[in-house]
Amino acid sequence: MTRNIHPLLIAGTVLVFIFLVGPLVIVLGSALSDTTYLTFPPQGLSLRWFENIFQIDAFRRTIVTSLQIALLSTTIALIIGIPAAYALNRHRIQLPGWLSTLFILPVLVPELVLGFSLLKNLAVQFNSPIYISLLFGHALIVLPYVIRVISASLASFDFSIEEAAISLGSPPLKTFFTILLPNVRSGVIAAFILAFITSINDVSISIFLTGPGLSTLPIQLLAHMEQFFDPTVASVSVLLMLLTVAVMAIVERTLGLTFLAK
Amino acid sequence: MTQSLTLDSISAHYGSTQVLENLSLAVGEGELVSLLGASGCGKTTTLRLVAGFLQPTSGTITLGGRDLTRLPPHQRDIGLVFQNYALFPHLSVADNVGFGLKQRGVSGDAKAKRVTEMLERVGLAHLADRLPGALSGGQKQRVALARALVIKPPLLMFDEPLSNLDAKLRVDMRVEIRQLQRANGTTSVYVTHDQEEAFSISDRVAIMHAGRIMQLDTPERLYQRPANAFVARFVGFENLIPMAVVERDGAKITAEMAGGVRLTLPLEQFGAIPDSFILACRADGLQVTDNATMEGIPATLGLRTYLGRAYQYQAETPAGALIANGPLTRVLESGAAAKLVPVPEQCTILAPE
Repeated sequence: MTRNIHPLLIAGTVLVFIFLVGPLVIVLGSALSDTTYLTFPPQGLSLRWFENIFQIDAFRRTIVTSLQIALLSTTIALIIGIPAAYALNRHRIQLPGWLSTLFILPVLVPELVLGFSLLKNLAVQFNSPIYISLLFGHALIVLPYVIRVISASLASFDFSIEEAAISLGSPPLKTFFTILLPNVRSGVIAAFILAFITSINDVSISIFLTGPGLSTLPIQLLAHMEQFFDPTVASVSVLLMLLTVAVMAIVERTLGLTFLAK
Repeated sequence: MTQSLTLDSISAHYGSTQVLENLSLAVGEGELVSLLGASGCGKTTTLRLVAGFLQPTSGTITLGGRDLTRLPPHQRDIGLVFQNYALFPHLSVADNVGFGLKQRGVSGDAKAKRVTEMLERVGLAHLADRLPGALSGGQKQRVALARALVIKPPLLMFDEPLSNLDAKLRVDMRVEIRQLQRANGTTSVYVTHDQEEAFSISDRVAIMHAGRIMQLDTPERLYQRPANAFVARFVGFENLIPMAVVERDGAKITAEMAGGVRLTLPLEQFGAIPDSFILACRADGLQVTDNATMEGIPATLGLRTYLGRAYQYQAETPAGALIANGPLTRVLESGAAAKLVPVPEQCTILAPE
């Protein structure tokens, strides 16, 4: 049993692969370069540009801020999004169709407009602290992802399972935590990862909502690029990628294993 | 332990649509009553009202004298068996069965003992550690049954529990359900759209239509003496012939149908016959004969089909199209003239619609 694969198909696959992976290789290569300017292929191998990130105070502070904002906004989005997704799916027949669209709106509105609007109305009008505005903005843009992903895993959930638990004497709220949540675990993990990544990489909302004394890593990166064109840019990018991968690994390990152990 | 269930004048609405109309139903202690009807007749709504997942707009539900009407579902203490099993996918078979006990504060050895006992009764003790995903449909439904029975509920309710199983298993499982229900003497409500299933396992069956109970009776009486035309059609009376009495003569009456066809019917078989009535006959209750001297409904025979025990004919008569059976010993061709002779034992009398 041999299958003939058309040479054009192989060629196409390779091209797409290069298209996807090429830029990552270039960034990684540039980050390891020993030169004081961005170049590829790297000339000499060195980790000095990674060290450089941690020597610059602004980068150190913004890494912490980015992690905090990503974790907090994702948590807020999960706290709002899980019950919302539950209600939207549980009562899909009774609820009007536009209601679920409402929760997707934040991704439909151009993020620049959303960011500007939040700046004008939250930060300026109500003079809310800059950290709170930034957190609110991030929670808002990651919420649609959370609702979408958890809705998808709830779509295959049979709600008579919930009714079975209730009929056996388990109160509704307890049933939510002991029966429903464990069964949409993978959806919650996926939503967490997606929301975290969206927040930590966000530029368009953050650019409006950061200000004196408070910035996120991508915004700091932009500011740095305006003045310097050294491989720090590439090394920060690699760091962002590593953070993302690390979060995925940690979440899958911790949440995945504790839930399985039950 | 087991208790009687009473539904008193229950009405229910989905939005502005009425789905149950003034429904009353009493299920005695240890009795199994089926709610039988096509989809949309209100049988599942009735079950969900008793379970507490829906609220009636009026009326009361009592179980063993306790008013359930405003009680939240988790306090009603009712065992439920669902069509799609509704097992907890993340819990083992033993934990599924033990779930209700855990809610009742039974734990440790006491819980383990009752779970094992229950699993032995449904023949699944060897699968206690499996996850539901690894079970067959029949095994899943046994787990669901064990899970509902282990809490010793005063009332057990089944929502089309066998619909997802294949035909052979359905018959085995319904016998098993009936045996367990009898052994525990648990008052039960069984929702199904399958007439054979309902008739075979129930003490009484409620035939439902458009949110009302059309007749609540033993399977035997429903099958032989339907109370109205709807139930008659439902239990398979193919021929409903409106008639009017023209002459009463002691133990017999003479009645006329459309087209002026007259029949003589013995009162002995039917009891009182009103002046205007419907003669309801199954195909078996109208015998086809080509003997022109017999008293019967004159007919022109149409398509003949073979039933194994008899031939069945589509027949054109002055009273409209009828379906009648004829003996295997006499094969009549399409277009032949014949008489359809009512067999009183196989027919019944209904009030006009």
